[in-house]
Amino acid sequence: MALLDIENLHIEFSSRHGNVVAIQDVSLSLEKGEILGVVGESGAGKSTIGNAVIGLLEPPGKMTRGTVLLNGQRIDQLPPHAFREVRGRRIGMIFQDPLTSLDPLQTVGDQLIESMQVHLRIGQHQARKRAVELLTSVGIEQPELRLDQYPHQFSGGMRQRVVIALALCCEPEVIIADEPTTALDVSIQAQILDLLRALCKEKQVGMIIITHDMGVIAEITDRVAVLYRGKLVEEGPTRQVLGSPEHLYTKSLISAVPRSDIKLRRFPMVTYIEGIQENVRKDNLATATRWMGQQRNFGGKSDKPLVQVSDLGMRFVLRNSFLKKNRITLDAVKGVSFSIKEGEVFGLVGESGSGKSTIARLIAGLYQTSYGSVHFNNVNVTQLDDKKMLNSFRRQIQMVFQDPFSSLNPRMRILDIVAEPIRFHKLANTEALTRQIVSGLLDYVGLSDQALARFPHEFSGGQRQRICIARALATRPRFLICDEPTSALDVSIQAQILNLLKDLQESLGLTILFISHDLPVIRQMCDRVGVMRHGELLEVAETETLFSDPRHDYTKHLLSLMPGLDFLSREGLDLEDAAAQQAM
Amino acid sequence: MTRNVLSRAYNSDIFYSFSHSPTAIVSAVVALLICLGALFAPLVSPHNPFDLATLDLLDANIPPIWSADGDSRFLLGTDDQGRDMLSAILYGSRISLLVGLASVLFSLVVGVSLGLISGYAGGRVDSVIMRIADVQLSFPAILIALLIDGIARGLLPRHLHDSLSLYVLIFAIGISGWVQYARTVRGATMVERNKEYVQAARLIGMRPFTILRRHILPNVLGPVLVIATIHLAVAIITEATLSFLGVGIPPTTPSLGTLIRIGNSYLFSGDWWISIFPGIALVLLALSVNLLGDWLRDALNPKLR
Repeated sequence: MALLDIENLHIEFSSRHGNVVAIQDVSLSLEKGEILGVVGESGAGKSTIGNAVIGLLEPPGKMTRGTVLLNGQRIDQLPPHAFREVRGRRIGMIFQDPLTSLDPLQTVGDQLIESMQVHLRIGQHQARKRAVELLTSVGIEQPELRLDQYPHQFSGGMRQRVVIALALCCEPEVIIADEPTTALDVSIQAQILDLLRALCKEKQVGMIIITHDMGVIAEITDRVAVLYRGKLVEEGPTRQVLGSPEHLYTKSLISAVPRSDIKLRRFPMVTYIEGIQENVRKDNLATATRWMGQQRNFGGKSDKPLVQVSDLGMRFVLRNSFLKKNRITLDAVKGVSFSIKEGEVFGLVGESGSGKSTIARLIAGLYQTSYGSVHFNNVNVTQLDDKKMLNSFRRQIQMVFQDPFSSLNPRMRILDIVAEPIRFHKLANTEALTRQIVSGLLDYVGLSDQALARFPHEFSGGQRQRICIARALATRPRFLICDEPTSALDVSIQAQILNLLKDLQESLGLTILFISHDLPVIRQMCDRVGVMRHGELLEVAETETLFSDPRHDYTKHLLSLMPGLDFLSREGLDLEDAAAQQAM
Repeated sequence: MTRNVLSRAYNSDIFYSFSHSPTAIVSAVVALLICLGALFAPLVSPHNPFDLATLDLLDANIPPIWSADGDSRFLLGTDDQGRDMLSAILYGSRISLLVGLASVLFSLVVGVSLGLISGYAGGRVDSVIMRIADVQLSFPAILIALLIDGIARGLLPRHLHDSLSLYVLIFAIGISGWVQYARTVRGATMVERNKEYVQAARLIGMRPFTILRRHILPNVLGPVLVIATIHLAVAIITEATLSFLGVGIPPTTPSLGTLIRIGNSYLFSGDWWISIFPGIALVLLALSVNLLGDWLRDALNPKLR
């Protein structure tokens, strides 16, 4: 008998548009001390399973069939008051965002002690002693002192440690962790994963980790279950499933994961993708006859720098004050210099708060520089005040943003969104021509004409990002800034978008500044990379050199944190370097 | 095209929520009836209360038709000048609605514009606008309306009082209500201006004014619509209060508030109908509009759905 048995779980969401089956006959089991990964893309129903197990399925969600057995006892039909005994006491939970899963108005100690007093029925003094032990075991220093602090006094990683301590405090038999590291930086993610694994083995707790991240799965799980649209498509030991996947979906999912160890020319066709088919555009990209390809007097790689950033700095005023000495400022970017050559893809990598996005916005002119300069095509654009020059500069630089849900105006039709730059800069004389251009642009990024009259909410994240790219291309830019263009997207969609960007870059000779926190993605996309930390640029190198021979200690540290994905299946991959394949 | 729009409206969540809320349907019907009655008052009302030639002081203070002394010509009785109550109410709600709608529109335009500017510009502009709003909020709205009305009376020559009183009233009620709009819109604008679609618009070189009009305004109008509906009820009541106090609409063209005031002096002599019927009309109008506003607020709030 397994520790946790989920049998034939069937969950439906009913709405006035009919019933939606979220989970279809899923059976899973979990042994003591085992870590089971549940992986899938958004909408696959991963979190729904977790919520069903702990009895927190929100209406209109309803379990229509199936059983959940904890140590042989059926728990899915328990009345609410009995379920409260199970939840927290026998099943612990770790949520994605440590900022919202702790009560900001109570000290960390109070939250731990309250939970223990409710479930374990022990006294205040005893509970406090245990709380100190727990904080020590999750690696928090000076636990006595930390107990009386509030959540906001902890950093993100420390907060997640507290959440883990909270999940562990009543010695549960099972822990359900829903995307436990998604909101954290890479370096902290590695620490938290190590901690979870060690605690599981030490205390013989069974854990279900729900995640979209193959890296996490590869790093700590013993077994993995792959979900696709509410169905369990494959389950087995992690190494076996990732190394030699059987189901077509698992195969395509794995082939879409950006690798840190090899560089692909292109992501292979991802067959199992939401509605739209990725068109094979490689051979029919006749850009010269299209809007995009016309009137271009540039293109091709050259050693001439297109963008030159010298001693760039940006200071934010955190708290304003009349007297200068009372002002509190933050140097987001501190004297950064680099140059981007015509036709190359330049990457900027760093953890959150390292100032990469600020640099992008400084170059684009969305922020005013505090000092330093940005030269674009040998013109200092930080001091442009001639309106005509400024507009021509603006036409040449465009940006693709991170969040596809906030980067499109929800009240405008796609036609108007993409046509806006064309109309604004009066690039087309007639409305008919504008429409034709927009339809061409959409076709180019893989969307049909039907999209024109629709609103952004009718599209998925990946499709919206395509629309964003179409809009960015509408002014026929020479330089494209991509600020984390795929970090809000699923792996397979990410692969599509990265492919699209690669194709565009090749066929149009675009120069791209590619910003990401994700080293494997950087490796797939960039020719040269700059590594940033705390507003400073530590190292600039050719991508392959950086990965094989990092100079700076921080770069080495970052590289060491990348999850080991070398045992992942390489079936159907399109490798950049044939020699690398032979070396295998 | 119209067919398309109709079917989209029919399938929308708002319509679904509307058709499943009895309160919303009933209050919409009541509000609609009163509005239609007011709009077509000259056609549906049995008498014209403004036409002095048809008034007869001998008809004054006749009780409603169902009481012993009732007169078949006057369904709801007459007031002290012999005006038919039903007609007076229909014409009166016309003025009440006019003042209400116009002053809401006035507050909305002022408030939304200032809110947009305040939220988008930030810094000093924001501080100045919001401090003015704070100062105004520390006075009750009715006091501000009274104050403005008083100042206007003092400044304007006497013979213009009656002809301009309607506009003064609209201005007074309108200016006393803009703060709510400005605050809401300011908050929403501050959220929207940091969204990436606004940055994309800035990137192509759009001016702030164009961005505000094309991008931000349509996205902050949702809550404004809700406030406007609820504010409409408040404005109608404010107008009635001012008229009741005698500073609003002159008695020659009575609004609902004026009618209630006229009847007030006869309440103790037993002539209750002069106050009660306009009062009921006012309550029905304000209540139904208010309930509609409540429903709209809930329907547009995804968290309560």
